[in-house]
Amino acid sequence: MSVRIYVPKDACSIACGADEVAAAIEAAALSRRQPIEIVRNGSRGMLWLEPMIEVVTPEGRIAYGPVAEEDVEGLFAAGFLTGGDHALRIGKPEEHPFLAKQTRLTFARCGIIDPASYTDYRAHGGYRGLERALQLGPAEIIEEVKKSGLRGRGGAGFPTAIKWKTVADAKADRKYIVCNADEGDSGTFADRMIMEGDPFELIEGMTIAGIAVGATKGFVYTRSEYPHAIWAMEKAIEVARAHGMLGVNIAGSQYSFDMEVRMGAGAYVCGEETALLDSLEGKRGVVRAKPPLPAHKGLFQKPTVINNVLSLTAVPHILADGGEFYANFGMGRSRGTMPIQIAGNVKFGGLFETAFGITLGELINDIGGGTASGKPVKAAQVGGPLGAYVPTWQFDLPFDYEAFAAKDALIGHGGIVVFDETADLAKMARFAMEFCSVESCGKCTPCRIGSTRGVELMDRIIAGQRVEANLATLTDLCQTMKLGSLCALGGFTPYPVLSALNHFPEDFGAPPRHLEAAE
Amino acid sequence: MPHYEPWSDERARAVIEEFSHLEGPLMPMLHAVQETFGYVPEAVVPMLAEMLNISRAEVHGVVTFYHDFRHEPAGRHVLKLCRAEACQAAGGDALADHAEHRLGCKLGETTADGRVTVEPIYCLGLCATAPSAMLDGKIVARLNERRLDALIAEAQS
Ligand SMILES: Cc1cc2nc3c(=O)[nH]c(=O)nc-3n(C[C@H](O)[C@H](O)[C@H](O)COP(=O)(O)O)c2cc1C
Ligand code: SF4
Ligand code: FES
Ligand code: FES
Repeated sequence: MSVRIYVPKDACSIACGADEVAAAIEAAALSRRQPIEIVRNGSRGMLWLEPMIEVVTPEGRIAYGPVAEEDVEGLFAAGFLTGGDHALRIGKPEEHPFLAKQTRLTFARCGIIDPASYTDYRAHGGYRGLERALQLGPAEIIEEVKKSGLRGRGGAGFPTAIKWKTVADAKADRKYIVCNADEGDSGTFADRMIMEGDPFELIEGMTIAGIAVGATKGFVYTRSEYPHAIWAMEKAIEVARAHGMLGVNIAGSQYSFDMEVRMGAGAYVCGEETALLDSLEGKRGVVRAKPPLPAHKGLFQKPTVINNVLSLTAVPHILADGGEFYANFGMGRSRGTMPIQIAGNVKFGGLFETAFGITLGELINDIGGGTASGKPVKAAQVGGPLGAYVPTWQFDLPFDYEAFAAKDALIGHGGIVVFDETADLAKMARFAMEFCSVESCGKCTPCRIGSTRGVELMDRIIAGQRVEANLATLTDLCQTMKLGSLCALGGFTPYPVLSALNHFPEDFGAPPRHLEAAE
Repeated sequence: MPHYEPWSDERARAVIEEFSHLEGPLMPMLHAVQETFGYVPEAVVPMLAEMLNISRAEVHGVVTFYHDFRHEPAGRHVLKLCRAEACQAAGGDALADHAEHRLGCKLGETTADGRVTVEPIYCLGLCATAPSAMLDGKIVARLNERRLDALIAEAQS
C-alpha cells in the first residue's frame, strides 16, 4: 500500500535541505520497492524543526525533524513509514506544545494541505467565506469586516472596513485590489509562508475584497527575494481559474475578478503603499504625498484597496464564521489573531498565531525558548527595521497596538528579532541609519540626507569621539527626521536608534541609566 | 550556473514585446531583460522608451532606482549574503567578514577572476533559521562557516 509522506516546500524548509530530503526518500523507497506518495506541503511553522516531514499512519500524521538527507536511511530502518521510533520522531504535530498553544485562523491550513490542490483547500473549509460573501453582497460584506474589528496587518493598523467602504463608495469605471506582499521587514515571513503554504486563502480574500468594493482586477506585489512564493501563487491562480474561481462570473455568480502576481526589484520602500503603486505602474518607487488617498486615486489613478497579505487572508474566516466570532479574540482595540514571527537569535523560531494580548516575554522566553546561543537575551527588535529595540525589563508588554505605541514601540507586521547579550546596540543603531540611507526614496531631505548624517554621527560615537556632543546632535537629528519625513521610513528610523540609545546608553559610551530598570 | 544570452537587438525586442499586453508592463519587461542577458544593457533604454511612449530619462530613472537591476554583467556566480537584523543577531557579521576575506573582495564587488560577485541582501524571509544566503537563486539557511565555505567553493568551481 502506498504511504503518503509530506515534505514541505516552504522556502525555509528548502533552504534547510527539504528538496534533497525528498529526493533521498524517493530513492530509498524505490530501492525497497515501497510505494510512496510525496506531497509537498507548506510549513507548520515550527521552523527550527525544518525540514519536518510527516508520515500518514492510521493513528494520524506523525512528524520527524529536523531531517537531513543523511537521516533518511535510518528513518526507513526505524520503520518511520508506520510511525516507528527514532531520535527525530516528534509525534503528532498538532500535539506539540508550540502548535497546541496557538489559535490558528489564518494559518489553520498552512502545512496541512497541498498548497496547489483546490480539492484539498475545499476539503479544509476553503471558499466557505466566499460562498457566504456571495449570499451577503457588497454592503453586508463590509459590515461583517467592520464587526470583526480587523485592522491592517501591514504595520499601520488602519481599520480595513473603513478603507473598503471608501473604495466601495467611489465612482469609477475600474477599481483595483492590490495585495501588499512586499514583506521587507527583517524578522517577518508570515506573508511568504501563506503564499507558499495556503495561496488559495489569499486568492479567496482578494476575491471577497473585489466583490465588496466593486473591483475586478487584483495584483499581488511581492519581492524578488521570494521566488518560491511567486511560483506557488502563480500556480494557485492558474488552478483557481481552471475551477472557475477566478475570471468571469466567479463560481457562477454575477461577479468577475481576476488577478496577477508582480515582482518588485529590491527596494524596501516599495512596501510603502503609494511607492508600491508607482512601482506597479512601472515608475520609480517614490512615495506619493497624501491626499489623494489610494482609496480615491490609487493604481492608475483609480480607486484602489491596498492591504497586506495577512489582512486579506483574515477575511475568508471573518466571512465564514462571522465578524463577531473574529472579534471575540484579542484585547482592547486589537481584535482577532496575529500571526507572530519569532526570529533571530532564538531557540524555537517560527510562526505563532495567537490572539492579541500575549506578552513579549511569553513569546520570547516560554514559546521561543530564549536564545539559540544559550546566552541571556539582551533585547528584541519588534516590528522590523523601523521598530524599537525592547529591553528585557519591558517584556511584560502585551501584543497590542496601543500598548506598544505607549512605549514608543510598534507591532508592525508582527516580527520579533531576538538578540543575545553579545549584541552591540550602538552598531544596530548605526545599521538602522544605514538601512534608511540605502533604502530612502529620496523625496525628503531629513530622510535622504539625515540618515547619511546619522551614519557619520554613529561612526564617530562608536569611535569614542566627542560622544556627549555627538549624541546630542543625534537626538536632534532624530527629532528632525521624525517631524520632517513624508513616510515612516524616515519618520520611524529614529525609533530603533533612540530606543537603543535610551535603553542601552552604555553601548554608546554614555553612562548607564539605572533608573529605567525600576520603571 | 546561470546561462545568459549575448546581447541582441532583435532578441531584446522579442523579450520585451511578450509583456506589452500587461497593465504597467515596464517592471516585468526589465526583469525579463535581466533574466535573458544577465543585466539591463543601456541599449534597451531607448527601445523601451519608444515602445511605451515615455522618455528615455524616465526609463533610465526606473532602471537606476531599483537595487536588483544590474548595469553591467555580474560575475559568473552571484553569492548574496543576508545582512538584515535577524541574520546579524544570529552571527551574520562574522560570516560576511569571512566571505570577504576568503573571496578577497568586499560585499558589492566581484572577485578579480570574475568568477564570483558577492552582494548584501536585506532579508530572504528565512529569519527563524538565520543566517541566510542565496547562491544563484538557490537559498540556504542555518549558515555557518563550514556551509559558507562549501558555498564559496561551489561558486568558485
Ligand atoms: C517604508 C515602508 C515599508 C512598508 N512595507 C510594508 C510591507 O512590506 N508590507 C505591508 O503590508 N505594508 C508595508 N508598509 C505599510 C503600507 O504602507 C500600508 O500601510 C499597508 O500596505 C496597508 O495595508 P493594511 O492596512 O492591510 O496593513 C510599509 C510602510 C512603509 C512606510
Ligand atoms: S521619508 Fe524617506 S522614504 Fe519616506 S518619502 Fe521621505 S525620502 Fe522617501
Ligand atoms: S518632501 Fe521634498 S524635500 Fe521634503
Ligand atoms: S534577516 Fe536574514 S533572512 Fe530575514
